[in-house]
Amino acid sequence: MQYAILIYASEGFFDRLPEEEQENALDQHRALQKDLNEKGALGAVAKLMDTSAAMTIRKKGDSLLVLDGPFAETKEQLLGLYLLECDSIDDAIEQAKKLPQGVAAYEVRPIGWMGGALEKPDSETD
Amino acid sequence: MAGIDSGVAAHLALARPKVVAALTRQFRSLENAEEAFQEACVRALVRWPDSGVPRDPTAWLLVAGRNATLDRLRKDRRLVFDDGLAEAEVSGDDAEQDIAEQIDMAELRDDVLRLLFMCCHPDLSLQDQLALALKVIAGFSVEKIARALVVRPKSMEQRITRAKKKASAMAVRLETPSLQERTARLDAVCTMIYLLFNEGYSAGGGDVHIRGELCDEAIRLLRLLLNLFPAQSEVMGLLALCLIQHSRRDARLGPDGDLVPLESQDRRKWHRAEISEGQVLLEKALRRGRPGPYQIQAAIAATHGRARRADETDWPEIERLYEALEHVQPTAVVSLNRAVAVSKIQGASAALDHLDRLSGDLGNYLYFHTTRASFLMETDRPDLAVVAFRQALSLGPTGQETEHIQQQIALCEARQK
Repeated sequence: MQYAILIYASEGFFDRLPEEEQENALDQHRALQKDLNEKGALGAVAKLMDTSAAMTIRKKGDSLLVLDGPFAETKEQLLGLYLLECDSIDDAIEQAKKLPQGVAAYEVRPIGWMGGALEKPDSETD
Repeated sequence: MAGIDSGVAAHLALARPKVVAALTRQFRSLENAEEAFQEACVRALVRWPDSGVPRDPTAWLLVAGRNATLDRLRKDRRLVFDDGLAEAEVSGDDAEQDIAEQIDMAELRDDVLRLLFMCCHPDLSLQDQLALALKVIAGFSVEKIARALVVRPKSMEQRITRAKKKASAMAVRLETPSLQERTARLDAVCTMIYLLFNEGYSAGGGDVHIRGELCDEAIRLLRLLLNLFPAQSEVMGLLALCLIQHSRRDARLGPDGDLVPLESQDRRKWHRAEISEGQVLLEKALRRGRPGPYQIQAAIAATHGRARRADETDWPEIERLYEALEHVQPTAVVSLNRAVAVSKIQGASAALDHLDRLSGDLGNYLYFHTTRASFLMETDRPDLAVVAFRQALSLGPTGQETEHIQQQIALCEARQK
């Protein structure tokens, strides 16, 4: 079965951590990605840009509104996600526990349907 | 901050601008607001490691800062709170949640804008404006500001104290600003933040050319501003511009710490993710159909950013953009840059014709003569290039520029022989 791990934290928080802690956290991400890749279990992994770059499309009456940013004024934002193959939700939780704790909250969410195959975007981050 | 939980420290730093801004309105004093924030941080450092970081750190700190000040002034109640917020205990989760719901986001964003605007007080020198913003909003230490702005710590301290008094005395209306007022404040604040960015991007004084921490801080301030005013296309454009410029930081310095010009930079060292983000923000801004100077400059930077090699640069597009920029921002730098774009498209002699039309306005501008001289060299007129370089020398170049110009003169003279 396939699962999503959704990463939630306050925007700008990670950027305020000391550099070596950021690097340690990224190492944990890299380790999990390597591990999942070797098992052929990593569907996709993405880091999202700030919500300032986002737009929301919503129908209101007869017109389609294109609005700046996400609608909800929440304290934590969706900052990134993994799509992965796991044996069980327990396994998915175990994978999420391998990610850096204390810098974000991780939502484990079973995937209902998945498709598509994109190339890597034009970016240096991994 | 050794010994302090770095996660807690990061939350405190992140909440700082909003909390200090709201407290400044409540206390009508930068000094008291900063002090209250400090006390709130002390309380947070005691509580958070055990109780966990609250769901809304900003609200928690705001209440803690107010309470700390109230405790201190229990017997001397001259402070008047006019925001209708209940005096609340911050022990329980529920109380904190209640307060969070009472904080008016619209009010908070005008608080932050007001605080930034106070730092741009017209009576303050530019350097004092930047120092004040770094101190009050970004929370830099005086030592760090002194280092970044190349000023002695002792005099920096005195200047910040004076600047704080001046800014506090500024008659900034505390009620919600009108649309025009808000626009004017956003303009002034954007100018200040861009100057802060440039202070880091082409650091004058001292022995380094780039002060990355100033660029980082300017970008953070712009992210904050855009987060509060998500529909402001010029704020978006300025953030895009700064992101793309700063993405080149690792390629802009050569092995000896010298600046490397754009066309000679190793473009593999550009931070591509930042260019992409700048590009997206620019596209989003341009959707609003109100291109201003920051959006146009971001478009120019993005056009350079798209070229994988210097000779793949879309110069006709850049020339069109500089032409558009000349309309909204007719300055010498813009006209000169347009002439450089012309030289790339039609050659140096066409660019010389273009420059000749500007000589009346730019005759006292150092870079007019150096640019003209380099075009003259390209068109094989080293004799005239020497004349132009000498004219540039008479217009007060810096030590490094003088050295560079004299090298060029020597080069021209060698070619004449």
